[in-house]
Amino acid sequence: MGMKKIVGIPSALMYYIYYPFWLAFFNEIGVEVVTSSRTTKTILDKGIREALADACVPIKLFFGHVMELKNKCDCLFIPRVVCLNGKTIYCPKFLGLPDMIRHSLDGIPPILDVRIDARQGRLSKIKAYLEIGSYFGANRKAVLKAYCKAWITLRRHKRLLRKGLNPLEAMELIKNPNRKKSILPAKSNLKFAVLGYPYSIYDNFINANLLDKLKKLGVSVLTTENINPLILALQKNCGLPKRLFWTFSDAILKAAHYLFRHRRVDAVLHLTAFGCGPDSLLNKFIEMEAKQHKDIPFMTLMIDEHTGEAGMATRLEAFVDMVRRRKEAYPCRN
Amino acid sequence: MSKLTFPRMGESWRTFKMIMEDLGNEVVVPPPISKRTLDLGVRYSPEFACFPLKILMGTYLETVEMGADTIVTSGGVGPCRAGGYAMLHQKILKDLGHDIKMIVFEPPRLQLMNFIKNVRALNKNHTSIKCIIAHIKRAWRKLQALDNAEKLSHIVRPREITRGTTSKVYRKVLGWIDQAYTTEQIIEAETAALKALRGVPQDLDREVLKVGIVGEIYVLLEPASNLEMEETLGNLGVEVERSMFLTGWTRDNTWTETTEMMSVKEAAAPYLPELVGGHGRDSIGNTILCAKRGFDGMIQVAPFTCIPEIVARTILPRVSRDYDIPVLTFFLDEQTGKAGMSTRLEAFTDLMRRKKRLQQGRFTLTG
Ligand code: SF4
Ligand code: SF4
Repeated sequence: MGMKKIVGIPSALMYYIYYPFWLAFFNEIGVEVVTSSRTTKTILDKGIREALADACVPIKLFFGHVMELKNKCDCLFIPRVVCLNGKTIYCPKFLGLPDMIRHSLDGIPPILDVRIDARQGRLSKIKAYLEIGSYFGANRKAVLKAYCKAWITLRRHKRLLRKGLNPLEAMELIKNPNRKKSILPAKSNLKFAVLGYPYSIYDNFINANLLDKLKKLGVSVLTTENINPLILALQKNCGLPKRLFWTFSDAILKAAHYLFRHRRVDAVLHLTAFGCGPDSLLNKFIEMEAKQHKDIPFMTLMIDEHTGEAGMATRLEAFVDMVRRRKEAYPCRN
Repeated sequence: MSKLTFPRMGESWRTFKMIMEDLGNEVVVPPPISKRTLDLGVRYSPEFACFPLKILMGTYLETVEMGADTIVTSGGVGPCRAGGYAMLHQKILKDLGHDIKMIVFEPPRLQLMNFIKNVRALNKNHTSIKCIIAHIKRAWRKLQALDNAEKLSHIVRPREITRGTTSKVYRKVLGWIDQAYTTEQIIEAETAALKALRGVPQDLDREVLKVGIVGEIYVLLEPASNLEMEETLGNLGVEVERSMFLTGWTRDNTWTETTEMMSVKEAAAPYLPELVGGHGRDSIGNTILCAKRGFDGMIQVAPFTCIPEIVARTILPRVSRDYDIPVLTFFLDEQTGKAGMSTRLEAFTDLMRRKKRLQQGRFTLTG
């Protein structure tokens, strides 16, 4: 093997769920990983400039993160993630992501765009990683070992998420396990579900610090990632003739279904992005479910490139106030 | 007896009406898309639903008012939203108090049972399988006749001497094809229709530009949704070749890919090797094929927020540069105005014309 290669992973989209896996995998086969920083105004502005105006803001952010990274690495890791569970796929924009980046940005390093589609047989995921491994000249055995290690890390990450941590906290904890105490969630008297795609709800910049704001208002937060996947699977098709075919949307609809029917939270928030395709269906389905559970207040929040701190704060405060007053009026409900 | 309706897409309703009636159903023909259709659709659909979903919502509400209680439509299994349309429409209709039966056709290649079940549900006359196949064949022939007439109108319109003649003749011949019932009649009507269209007085020396149209299927096939863009272009002296017709599209989805389809896929491969739902990949592939065939420009039409076409649009500027072909994109929604569109089309036509003359000039100089 020649010089040690550096692979760049943008901190956007899939990052929040799969970065621990990728990091463990690449480190194990001896490849260095760099990421872009957390989203900043500069990153957002670059994304807005480079991406199509009609694209949703998460895609624009991805463009921005790529711009931020492009001079810091030898290649960019932008896998074409089609399907990971053998059943549901990802938003078509994920499917065309490497192509959009490659053909609309100039001066970017080579893109590692291996296709991952679990519907193509049980070994297809491992095969995809063998392909990545061979790109870096790692041998088969090393790749398989790295894959296993990565898988164990991902399981730990997901377990931490289920305990109520958010992905950034979980990643921090995997990195230095002694910091445990300080970031475990605090108790509070209101509990909200915040539903939305991981790259929207955990990107503090683009959602104007939604999660922190709620915490400050004395609200603890439950997200789709905090719920056991088995419980979600039990929701079947949520009363629809067939399940939603996008992985993230499907999980969110199931979470909404479960939380409303089992009254697990005091209120439900759905965070959606302006112009998001899948959400036009998902949001309507959640809204219709909410209509049947009038005792659990529901609100949709929309983010776009102009989401302002002030506007978000006012809306949240009013909503939390309303929920709190309701709860005080009917204290014995749960 | 149940009253049945279906989505309206261009002139295809004439065929669907025929086959549904052949099977013994009472049909409510979806009315032409009007301001009211749009208003209803927009009012009762999610804000960011794609434009086709909104129009269909409006159409369904109108047909429900007219007494329809069963909707026949297509499903799909992603990756795009269209596969979830039927579920959403049904839920919204139910929410509004209309308990409508939905007969959703999934791609028969994947779900044969669903297809058989649906055909049986529609077969009110209990006709034999042989008859059903004959009905389908005849309907298919009619669809082809309608498509052929439309294709010819695209060629004749830019050359007509008196503006508006082609559209007038076209509307008349549609009626002939509509009236035809047996296969012989359909063929006869088609021959007469094509002859009538060819008979429109034309100026064959006129300099006509050739433009390919790609994009999302619904806004391609329903002229009301694209504000009769093809007619506008024809009037500007532009011959259009649309990449998609119902008889050219249903085929790709019902049977295995045709050779033509393969080459579209192959053409797109260096830019977009993945099927991103809808017809995003075809938009790229067809742009390349048309460029190779020497077209003067391409127009992409897509609903606002359309996912696959956003992917395609992100990549198209590079294709346009690599193949030196101008590309214009319209993202359409209920707010798109005809005047604005005409202005952009005129500017685009000017650009193509200048480019063409420049090239021709260079050819004569060197040649
Ligand atoms: S799911 Fe929505 S927000 Fe996410 S990439 Fe697709 S369109 Fe954008
Ligand atoms: S292809 Fe476009 S218009 Fe059709 S369902 Fe998908 S997003 Fe909507």
